[in-house]
Amino acid sequence: MSESKLKRVDLIFGEYSSEKYKVLADTLKRPNDEILDDLLESGLKGRGGAGFPTAMKWKLAADEKASEKYVICNADEGEPGTFKDREILTRVPRKVLSGMAICGKVIGAKRGYIYLRGEYSFLLPELLREIEQYNEFLKKLGFDFPIEVKLGSGAYICGEESALFESMEGYRGEPRNKPPYPTTSGYMGKPTVINNVETFVNVVMIMRLGPIQFKLLGTSDSRGSKVFSVSGDTPIPGIYELELGMPLERFVEEFGDGDTKAVQVGGASGFCVPRKKFKETVIGFEGVPTGGSMMLFNSSRSMYNVLHNYLDFFEEESCGQCTPCRVGCQQLLKGIVAVKKGDKNAIYLEQLLKLSESMKITAKCGLGQSVANSFSSIVNNFKEEMIY
Amino acid sequence: MSKKVNLTIDGISVTVDEGTTILNAASKLNIHIPTLCYHEDLCVAGNCRVCVVEQENSRTLPAACAMPVSEGMVIHTNSGKVRVARKHIVELLLSEHNADCTKCYKNGNCELQSLASQMLTGDHMFLDLVPDKQYTIDIFNSALIKDDSRCIRCQRCVRTCEELQSVSALGVAYRGNKMKISTFYEHPLFEVVCTNCGQCVNRCPTGALIERNYVDQVWDAIYDTSKHVVVQTAPAVRIALGEALGMPPGKIVTGKMVTALKRLGFDAILDTDFTADLTIIEEGHELLDRLKRALVDKDPKVALPMATSCSPGWIKFLEHTFPELLPNLSTCKSPQQMFGALVKTYYAQKKKLDPKNIVSVSIMPCTAKKFEANRPEMRASGYKDVDYVLTTRELAIMITQAGLEFDKLPDSNFDNIMGASTGAAVIFGSTGGVMEAALRTVYEVVTGREIPFEDLNILPVRGTEGEVREASLLITKTKPEFRFLEGVELKCVVANGLAYAKEVMQNVKDGKANYHFIEIMACPGGCLGGGGQPIPTNKEIRSKRKEAIYREDAGMPLRKSHENPDVKEIYADFLVKPLGHKSHELLHTHYTPRKRY
Repeated sequence: MSESKLKRVDLIFGEYSSEKYKVLADTLKRPNDEILDDLLESGLKGRGGAGFPTAMKWKLAADEKASEKYVICNADEGEPGTFKDREILTRVPRKVLSGMAICGKVIGAKRGYIYLRGEYSFLLPELLREIEQYNEFLKKLGFDFPIEVKLGSGAYICGEESALFESMEGYRGEPRNKPPYPTTSGYMGKPTVINNVETFVNVVMIMRLGPIQFKLLGTSDSRGSKVFSVSGDTPIPGIYELELGMPLERFVEEFGDGDTKAVQVGGASGFCVPRKKFKETVIGFEGVPTGGSMMLFNSSRSMYNVLHNYLDFFEEESCGQCTPCRVGCQQLLKGIVAVKKGDKNAIYLEQLLKLSESMKITAKCGLGQSVANSFSSIVNNFKEEMIY
Repeated sequence: MSKKVNLTIDGISVTVDEGTTILNAASKLNIHIPTLCYHEDLCVAGNCRVCVVEQENSRTLPAACAMPVSEGMVIHTNSGKVRVARKHIVELLLSEHNADCTKCYKNGNCELQSLASQMLTGDHMFLDLVPDKQYTIDIFNSALIKDDSRCIRCQRCVRTCEELQSVSALGVAYRGNKMKISTFYEHPLFEVVCTNCGQCVNRCPTGALIERNYVDQVWDAIYDTSKHVVVQTAPAVRIALGEALGMPPGKIVTGKMVTALKRLGFDAILDTDFTADLTIIEEGHELLDRLKRALVDKDPKVALPMATSCSPGWIKFLEHTFPELLPNLSTCKSPQQMFGALVKTYYAQKKKLDPKNIVSVSIMPCTAKKFEANRPEMRASGYKDVDYVLTTRELAIMITQAGLEFDKLPDSNFDNIMGASTGAAVIFGSTGGVMEAALRTVYEVVTGREIPFEDLNILPVRGTEGEVREASLLITKTKPEFRFLEGVELKCVVANGLAYAKEVMQNVKDGKANYHFIEIMACPGGCLGGGGQPIPTNKEIRSKRKEAIYREDAGMPLRKSHENPDVKEIYADFLVKPLGHKSHELLHTHYTPRKRY
């Protein structure tokens, strides 16, 4: 590996002012329309993976008339292979709180919550200390927007926004029917903006740099940079902030170990890209989107085992509410085992591929619709490994 | 007026109100979209996904039951994509389901089975997951059986228990492949707050929740020549039994039912209506007694308001949820249990039978009655007062087994004694009926005059589903012995469905209610919507049953409980007087406080 081929960025974690909460203080003085215009201009899309335009989400919530509105930071980082939110919350929690407060101002919310993954409870003491300072600072500014932390209880599904609301409200974490969408009826049935940890930090970044400069990074479909969690067969695993819209080939050149046969983009619910498609694959909303997880596999890895592992995870982590996800995951898992053992003909994989397509279009929630992604992309690209 | 939305379904344009679901919009066009988790009595879950349809310009297939229409929407309910997806979903459900249909009680009346047959799932597409599952069957309950191997996790039962009944005995436990419908700490149903109301049974699309049936035991009793088998039939059975035997809802089949029971071989066909009337006499006097003790004797220990006690689901609910209000319950046994106690005492005496040779069977619209009959205190005769309780559905099974063409049967009359009935007893089957029957009698006892309502129809207390009905009645010109009631405005409240019962009793507990008399029926609509009634159930069916009940009442020659000749006779020959010694021994009971967990 020679010199760095990808542009490294340091906008998320960097410290740009000695004055605490300067961006927040400055932004709170600006009119809401101007803030929304900047966000719209920046082209920022949600960093959780689905890529919904942030400005539009905020605008929808801002336009709702309601006695109460909420801002929620989705820190239920549970996707296998993703660990960037933990890092963000550890190193720059101030930026997350600032982004939430800006959102609160824009949509007219009086309260914010961070839904923190249960396994991240060790972050709590530091986070609470920061929130205390934030509250004090806000008091000085005369802006009322207290933020609280709610801890999850370890269910993957609670990363799905409506299941997260159910969990916050004290119910079993199960996704709701949509519509209504959270901007109309979210937490406690009130208009709610729920964004990923990183999205809020991006907002702060845009407020500081202005949309023009933000747009210098990335492509027309995928503006800005993104924090990636790089793991697997790589000599340099870790957290990297990179420009969006990069070709996967260049990513592999930089992070691979020279023998990369596949990259799982977007975690267990994401897509597996085989070596032959590295060149044509772009990491971004125009290509393969990701919430940040990049798992590299070299030729020593059995893709059957990789898939088995993912399906094992989903079989257990499906909330179990809807048929396609609950039973579909069991069938996919048991199905590949049966084919491997020879109990089922290889042709059965075709049957399962059709099932996976049905799962993608009939499951109740976004997670249920994506659980079959890894199945179809691995089976389609590594069929021989499934059979022999 | 609400906003209108235009859309196209299968090439046909339709205009519907904003907020209508695709499912309901399609049904306006007579397009039937299959469903499983959807039930019109319950909130929309959208979890089985059987009702998915194709929406143009949408990547995913929305669930028709949960997706509201939007302007310009183009929907295909039967495209290739939809057919494949639906078949996949039904196949997935079957792969988790113990589809041994011939061993299932619901064989032939199972929504999953009919969908499977519609979709030609003969050659199961996916692996059978059942052998790897450790499904459990809860058979420890005298009323209900819960078989997890038949469950498709549609959560209709969970929603029923929570929304309609506010009991929440059933809930969802675990997740993913282990997700199941369970109880508090997975205790068997008899150890939890379950009231045995059976509303979940009425709504379970498969055989996962069923009544414990006693069909074979009853046949055995009938075949046993040494036994005298007496059967009683509850008021709400005669207006619903036809449904389970191929007739439309709302048919009154009293005469055919009696003929059928005779042909099945029961030795005496008697009527729970008789003890319904008797209940009114006892309960009416109990109310007057409580009022007197409160108003005249100023006895602080008198519990008022007094609540009816005919609905065993309601009794168990109160025992769990408001044990401190148990003194407010009338001590009267339910008509079923009064009947049972009298069959093995009074009836045995009159007919010169040894009570130990009497088998007492009841046909009830209710599953909770099965539990009630097994209560330890229900042995006042020295024997188990009611030996077997069958639901309306089980009677229909017996009639079918016997090969009787029910709709062609002639009419017969009930046997006597204990076979006479009045309109007041018939209306026990509908919410508000006990209240109306009681008022017809109590008013007359107190004033010596008929209650001043046209044709005795006390419309203000005829409750409907989904409401708490309050009414009051001014009492004037009383007989001298009831002077203490002169000018009293008797305040009544009627509720059906335990969610509404809870509301009423919470108000009583909080001291926010100043009622004198409360009628509660555990099931929506009262007994006519009971957990033992024919499946399916919905508001339309229940309203037809209700019409039938009031039609039956209006057509009866006797409309007031105290005019029932058998009731008059039993007081003359046996009980002596209401609330007398014999009554206390046989017709009244006590209750048991129970914990919620």
